[in-house]
Amino acid sequence: MATNHQISTRIKAATGVDIAMCYQCGKCTAGCVLAGDMDYPSSMIMRMLQTNDEENYRKIISSEAIWLCQNCENCIGRCPKEVDIPKVMDYLRADSVKNKCVSPKAKPILSFYQSFLGAVKTSGRLSEVFMTIGFKLRTLRLWQDINLVPSMLAKGKLKFIPESIKGKRNLKNIFKSTNNK
Amino acid sequence: MKLGFYPGCSLNGTAREYNESVKALAPVFGIELIDIDDWNCCGASAAHAVNRDLSLALPARTLALAEKQGFDEIVVPCAACFNRLAVAQYELNKDEMLKKSVEKSIDMTFNNDIKILNVVQFIDKYIKDKILEKISHKFEHQVACYYGCLLVRPNKIIDFDRVEDPTSLDELMQLIGATPIDWGFKTECCGASLSIARTDLVAKLSGNIVKDAADRGAEAIIVACPMCHSNLDMRRPQIDEYVGEKISTPVIYITQAIGLAVGIAPEKLGLQRHFVKVNTL
Repeated sequence: MATNHQISTRIKAATGVDIAMCYQCGKCTAGCVLAGDMDYPSSMIMRMLQTNDEENYRKIISSEAIWLCQNCENCIGRCPKEVDIPKVMDYLRADSVKNKCVSPKAKPILSFYQSFLGAVKTSGRLSEVFMTIGFKLRTLRLWQDINLVPSMLAKGKLKFIPESIKGKRNLKNIFKSTNNK
Repeated sequence: MKLGFYPGCSLNGTAREYNESVKALAPVFGIELIDIDDWNCCGASAAHAVNRDLSLALPARTLALAEKQGFDEIVVPCAACFNRLAVAQYELNKDEMLKKSVEKSIDMTFNNDIKILNVVQFIDKYIKDKILEKISHKFEHQVACYYGCLLVRPNKIIDFDRVEDPTSLDELMQLIGATPIDWGFKTECCGASLSIARTDLVAKLSGNIVKDAADRGAEAIIVACPMCHSNLDMRRPQIDEYVGEKISTPVIYITQAIGLAVGIAPEKLGLQRHFVKVNTL
């Protein structure tokens, strides 16, 4: 929200998606498996973005809905105008973090993503064990899923030593150069 | 026949039975799968949600490495990895400036024209024709083929199967003797990476999928994605609680089903590693 451009112009510039293409048929919301759990379903988000109203925009980037969206791509699959809603959702999430207005209800979801990327940043590959520990520390949900540990161990599914790639310097540069752009 | 192989992180961890079954199946058909040396995580569901540039650079590094190692084709069994790699390839081919900036990030230049195959494309291309002659144990069961989201969508980029009612998995299962059922949840989302942060929502979404499959008489649910698998299998206690009944329908990978049909031992396919017991197949 740092520029003076209109919301639809900013979205178009960053994602190539033209919000104005949406004519509110509602197919995205009808097919969204999580619409019923969202504070604003996808077609309503599109409409609120179309208003180019900063107050509406603030509501959207502070919503829980943008974090519940898993980019299953069903909406774009069914959209008669092929509006790339998942791509817009990615943009909104990043902007929500940048503007520090992530919905408190969505914090655990963001914590999961941060724990995931934190683990990848360390070794280049995701250690599920370290990601889970990171998530527990971030959310203080220390006991969650602890009952799964014995059976996961028995099935040989837990790896305690993370795999590491050789190109660590390369990886460090990837994280550094793509940060906060 | 040698092909590049991108296991991805899940297949090296909690979804190791998927890796085991792909690796057990390939040599039966004379195919050698060679890991891309020094591959890295694709960023999966996390990177694109918070940082677009990172979500393109992570898969790009692996694509560039694969190219440098001389592979023309790579097999990517995880549907989520497959999706991220395919999307990165598409986005970078569309935008020269973006590609240049990503090349700078990964400190490599590349043509970005490697062929990326998901597990079904791999089987269709290299295995399907030879399956009939190798079958020793027909897989005579009713099955629900579950494609999930990322195997077929976004259709414009992935260009694979039908987006609303895909049939590629059904055809493969039919070929090995199974009876695929008609059902309503072939491509509905399982809840994906909400598994840890919002287990309640995964129980609901995955619960609807498992219940429909079981109600319509499926003896197994066939999948091609480790994320779908863990949600439908490992989250079964939460699913059972949500649907209010105990459903014992197992969830198995397409490579495990074909593996059984061509006579590979169940342990070699990792069937003992599932949470929902596979003792009826």
